[in-house]
Amino acid sequence: MTNDSTLATELKRDLISLFRQNNGILETGSGRILNLYREQAFHDFDRLGIPSTKNEAYRYTPLEKYFQGNYDVELNANPFKYDIESIFKCDVPDLDTHVVLVLNGFYYNGNPAGTLPDGVAVCSLKEASLRFPDVFHKHYSHYADTSTDGLVALNTLFAQDGVFVYIPRDTVMEKPLQVINLSHSLKNLRITRRNLIVAEQNSSASIVVCDHTLCNKSYLTNSLTEVFIGENAGIAFDRLQNENSKSTQINNLFVHQLQSSRFNGNSISLHGGLIRNNFYIRQNGPDCDSNLNGLFLCDDSQHVANFVLVDHASPRGTSNQLFKGILDNDATGAFNGKILVRKDAQKIQAYQKNNNLLLSSAARMNTKPHLEIYADDVKCSHGATVGQLNTEAMFYLRSRGIGEKEARHLLMYAFANEIVSRISIPILKERIIELVEKRLRGELSLCNDCNIHCG
Amino acid sequence: MEEKHDHILKEVTGSEYKYGFFSDIDTETIPKGLSEDVVRLISAKKNEPDFMLEFRLKAYRHWLTMKMPQWAHLTIPEINYQDIIFYAAPKQQASLSSLDEVDPELLRTFNKLGIPLEEQKLLTGVAVDAVMDSISVKTTFRESLAELGIVFCSMSDAIREYPELVKKYIGTVVPYTDNYFASLNSAVFSDGSFCYIPRGVRCPMELSTYFRINAANSGQFERTLLVADDDSYVSYLEGCTAPMRDENQLHAAVVEIIALENAEVKYSTVQNWYPGDKNGKGGIFNFVTKRGICKGDNSKISWTQVETGSAITWKYPSCILRGENTTGEFYSVAVTNNYQQADTGTKMIHIGKNSHSTIISKGISAGHGQNSFRSLVKVVKNADKVRNFTQCDSMLMGDKCGAHTFPYIEVENESAVIEHEATTSRIGEDQIFYCNQRGIDTESAVGLIINGYAREVLNKLPMEFAVEAQKLLAISLEGSVG
Repeated sequence: MTNDSTLATELKRDLISLFRQNNGILETGSGRILNLYREQAFHDFDRLGIPSTKNEAYRYTPLEKYFQGNYDVELNANPFKYDIESIFKCDVPDLDTHVVLVLNGFYYNGNPAGTLPDGVAVCSLKEASLRFPDVFHKHYSHYADTSTDGLVALNTLFAQDGVFVYIPRDTVMEKPLQVINLSHSLKNLRITRRNLIVAEQNSSASIVVCDHTLCNKSYLTNSLTEVFIGENAGIAFDRLQNENSKSTQINNLFVHQLQSSRFNGNSISLHGGLIRNNFYIRQNGPDCDSNLNGLFLCDDSQHVANFVLVDHASPRGTSNQLFKGILDNDATGAFNGKILVRKDAQKIQAYQKNNNLLLSSAARMNTKPHLEIYADDVKCSHGATVGQLNTEAMFYLRSRGIGEKEARHLLMYAFANEIVSRISIPILKERIIELVEKRLRGELSLCNDCNIHCG
Repeated sequence: MEEKHDHILKEVTGSEYKYGFFSDIDTETIPKGLSEDVVRLISAKKNEPDFMLEFRLKAYRHWLTMKMPQWAHLTIPEINYQDIIFYAAPKQQASLSSLDEVDPELLRTFNKLGIPLEEQKLLTGVAVDAVMDSISVKTTFRESLAELGIVFCSMSDAIREYPELVKKYIGTVVPYTDNYFASLNSAVFSDGSFCYIPRGVRCPMELSTYFRINAANSGQFERTLLVADDDSYVSYLEGCTAPMRDENQLHAAVVEIIALENAEVKYSTVQNWYPGDKNGKGGIFNFVTKRGICKGDNSKISWTQVETGSAITWKYPSCILRGENTTGEFYSVAVTNNYQQADTGTKMIHIGKNSHSTIISKGISAGHGQNSFRSLVKVVKNADKVRNFTQCDSMLMGDKCGAHTFPYIEVENESAVIEHEATTSRIGEDQIFYCNQRGIDTESAVGLIINGYAREVLNKLPMEFAVEAQKLLAISLEGSVG
């Protein structure tokens, strides 16, 4: 125990001294508004540190050891020496999107400029803080609370760049926006990414986020995205995480919804060393609808943890959570989902489900579906299961001459398909179905045309 | 309709505790406060052997190093342990000469509950043939039980008469280091029950005790130890009422159950202590550690509880399923009304292969009540073919109460099949309408629906208790709710 706490103190001390040394670079490198929040974040991080397993929300995710590694930090966007097209090509050729690349946490300047609808802005966070100070002031760091989670504080402390998306009122973005986060370096790297998505009243957009590592180095990514969805607006948010097994990814997603807005999130964790996803969805106006689905596939000694908080702060909202996991070898998984219905948030319907398949004797799954309800006229339910492939279904398939291995794949694939089928972009869905299938067969989940072997 | 509901709602939430009474009996008490001397004094007063004193002292010293746990979903006022009398033995037993002197309102409630006359006298402290300690009843029981070799006596007697049995089993399921309140209990426990069922014996009757808190300001620390030897069976009932008091009273009991090979233990509780008045003033703090171990293969422990009383209920009757093919069960109904709080549930620790567990919990919150269900289902690495089914339902009555669930599921074995489901809802207007339509008034309809809702659990109670519990539920929510 003493070892743990000294480790935690050391980590905190290192990170704080790193910040102190580089404060100047951080401040000059980013806009004024970003710097405004650093001091508070500093105090919060100083108080909270890296969450240990004693922290209820991180009970099943031993993060500290992942922070121990030797990582470099890039505080300035290094000019990229290679032709990005030659090393990375998105593998969904027919996917017609506005593509934006983010390299090691920095917005890539050579981003192909597509024609965006009038008024829509997609740019780097740094640029946005100068170009759209009003929007920025109104939303940046308003939804991500640094006072309870040390990792949120840490992100705010080191935040410099990322993607900024602004969709003005009454605007519909027909073509999805695809954000591709790439990690590429010669050394192990610590990456901080900060994104802000603002969808004003009556607007709608679909955003696809892909996370890839392009080298076989260790990456420690602390990524935070704030999403504001105005009245009657809708955001579809699909995320595909496919990184190498040395990577550690911490993802915080804060969604703030106003009246009658819609949020549809799909999170597919295909591959990664440690993936920790935190989802915070707050329905801050009546009649909101939120859907959040997650699929994670892990094997070897991977760890995937999903933490969800759906906060029903206003009446008549609906929410749905469905998380599914398949765990093989020594993999460990965790799900911690919480539905909070606040006082006077009546007529809420909130559902939550978590199903897990354990395929090996060493795989472990911890799940904690959790309800906190302070209003009476609500319908809430949650369910969780941990089990194996259905033996009867297996027998059915076998009796029809399907080999054991094939039958297993079929059943696993069917299990995963419930999530994948919810992805709203058909071409992307097809591609992800293919990736999942390959992944389940144990083949490396690299994309066809990619030269980099992520495995 | 809405207005009427509101009115009825107010009536329920406004209804006072029906069992509040206080028998003014002389008790032999020691001064307030807790110290090593007090622990020694308690042990000396009870003429305990050295091993017990040692156990208490170790527990006390350990307790000093601990801090009050804060993780529960409860708001607990600070407890001043120096303001509690840790030992109170009833000295003189009766104060009333007949039932006529008892508050008629109370008798009405007793009749509603269907408590037999003799028992009513016992409960109200009437001196006829029933006495506080129910010595006469106990002796009759003890004789017929002794023929079968069953030991059923108070903990103090057991420590004196069967020291070797007590020494062998006490603290083996709930060690004195287990938690804050278990340590406190181990240091200062006043008395409790001890029960030993020998090999191959099926206990012919339900063993029961009524716990009562009687002396003002005295926390009560019960310690119950139940050992079921190979191939035995016992059903144990525990029920409680408490006198109406204004000050918070702390109750930190420990119950340990040991089930050896093929043994079956059924432990039922109806808890109806003073919940505080409708403004949340007063009431009992019920912080209990209850745990059983299915030590031998094929053994079974079943917990059933109906929790309607106490200002704060904080307990998790648990099963450690160590033997192979063992079974653990937990059935619970918890009601919180007015300002009551409950954080209750269970732990099922699956260590043995093929062990099975079932958890059924029904929570009902009304008024400003906060009702939390918390459970842990843990399957260790070598526990193959474990099966668990958990269902926790919550019902909300009124818009100021809360219902929460905190289920933890930790699985380290691939062959486990774990299912968990939970729902939260309120009584449907359509259900009430349906009843109204058939001439059933809203109040009875609510009683009907609540009983139907909790039936799965009530059915698990032994006969006598089931009837009482059913009525208790109706009374707890009386005037009741829409």
